[in-house]
Amino acid sequence: MAVNPLTAASAAPRTGLAGFEDRVFHFFDQPRNRLGVLGALALAALLVPQFCSKYVMEIFTNSFLYIVLCLGLNIVVGFAGLLDMGYAAFFAMGAYTSGILTSHYGWNFWLAIPPALVLAALVGIIIGVPTLRLRSDYLAIVTLGAGEIIRILARNLKALTGGPSGLIGIKRPTLFGLELNQISHYYYIFLVMVVLALLASERLEHSRLGRAWKYVRDDEDAAEAMGIHKSAIKLSAYIMGALFAGLAGCFYAAKMTAISPETFQFMQSIMILVAVVLGGMGKIAGMAVGALAMILFPEVFRTIGSMRMLVFGVILILMMMFRPQGIWPERRH
Amino acid sequence: MAILEVQDLTLRFGGLEVINELSFDVEEGSIVSLIGPNGAGKTSVFNCMTGFYKANSGDIRFLGKSLLRQAPHEITRKGMARTFQNLRLFRKMSVLENVMSGMHCRTHAGALGALLHSPGQRHEEAHIREVAEQCLDFVGILELKDRLAVTLAYGDQRRVEWARALATQPRLLLFDEPAAGLNYEEKSRLMDLIRRILSQLKISVFLIEHDMSLVMKISEKVIVIDYGRKIAEGNCLEVQADPRVIEAYLGKEDEEGN
Repeated sequence: MAVNPLTAASAAPRTGLAGFEDRVFHFFDQPRNRLGVLGALALAALLVPQFCSKYVMEIFTNSFLYIVLCLGLNIVVGFAGLLDMGYAAFFAMGAYTSGILTSHYGWNFWLAIPPALVLAALVGIIIGVPTLRLRSDYLAIVTLGAGEIIRILARNLKALTGGPSGLIGIKRPTLFGLELNQISHYYYIFLVMVVLALLASERLEHSRLGRAWKYVRDDEDAAEAMGIHKSAIKLSAYIMGALFAGLAGCFYAAKMTAISPETFQFMQSIMILVAVVLGGMGKIAGMAVGALAMILFPEVFRTIGSMRMLVFGVILILMMMFRPQGIWPERRH
Repeated sequence: MAILEVQDLTLRFGGLEVINELSFDVEEGSIVSLIGPNGAGKTSVFNCMTGFYKANSGDIRFLGKSLLRQAPHEITRKGMARTFQNLRLFRKMSVLENVMSGMHCRTHAGALGALLHSPGQRHEEAHIREVAEQCLDFVGILELKDRLAVTLAYGDQRRVEWARALATQPRLLLFDEPAAGLNYEEKSRLMDLIRRILSQLKISVFLIEHDMSLVMKISEKVIVIDYGRKIAEGNCLEVQADPRVIEAYLGKEDEEGN
């Protein structure tokens, strides 16, 4: 085999920041290092409630919620390449379904999860089917509109959702007889959810279905020529993304005990999307980094007051100019 | 026996007749080439056969069944695979993952199997990988399997496309200008590959090609079209001697100095 000049050049070690990046990637290419880092992170996460204040736990719990949402949106945007600007709709479906069933109808929280997931998936199908033929910008507009429809429904179906003032009195779930009413309880529950979401994402990515999402993302026509039913594959990405958000919504409602339509407005969809793009679309580890950055930044820089969102905005603009692929992108070239 | 029968195929874009009552057969176990000057409608014939274009009238029968109302993925599943004239690799994926795409229509595992990592799913994954590696080995680039597909040299990227089409385990393989952009050595390896596809894998081959020396060396039958109409059909000698072909095609090619 003749030596390919393109790869010969890229095989030479790079210097400076790029070299640092290569070494980081190389470090994480070794399964042993990866497991070590994951283990250390897991240990640290388990110990946080022992050593940290309720405030810190609250922040981390919110970050965990965001990681799950980002992992779900990553399936739609990162793996399947479908720009979704109304992702909060699925989050809302999960939260409202579980909230309404437990508060109005006295359902057990755990039993309310399956119907919440089914309804979230159903909304995924309802939004997905008409948009299967659309690409990028058109798709973004339709999903944006669909997301707003869900929020406006939540505002106006007063008898069911409590209207603009929101749904209150959502029951605390119990687990093995223990009522979950402490922030540390939710910290651990959300941590478990993150681990499950990470595992699910990892398994899906390296499966026949996960590859099909990426085939359709990279080249729809070639994917069809390879015998892939692109409409079914896109729809499955919407459904899977909806399931992640629906599950996150159930636990969010239980943690907050009150939800209002304003939690699920357009800005929420955008924030999740920004976290996905910032972290690195299509990369699972990138989702954790993006979600943490999104939640931790405003908290860490609370001291600079209202300037912090301005600073965050400038950082986002600089990121997109100098590193559009995100902090931890899918695959280096 | 004919594996593919095209009867009176007509395709119009608005008022423009791209393909005009075209009929031909591809016999099982043969290598057939479709040639014609630029813009004669060759790739449109391919696109009709593989379901990307919907023909206005006529019929395309593959293994005795009409393909006219079938979507591209259904046609691939029935056993007809294609390559593209321009490289259409999955850009952000490895060579192996690119080729594994071909096995999608021959396997079944879904989301639940993936999430549970069931024994059936793991077995299927191993099988997909094995077939993909065999296909890469067949085209001779197995050692490049872990590279990002788009970082390969042009000739090797073409081979990824061929391996990917082979991985769909077709009965008939359509090549759209496979020799375009290849050097002399790569072209001779391509000819060898096409012959091996027929002799070892028992896959019939239908080819669109501009390189006349390649077409004349390997084709058992050549179909010549111009302006969407068939102007000649026969073995290489017959076609080369046909005055209409010389006028429409071979003469022109000499002027261009190809």
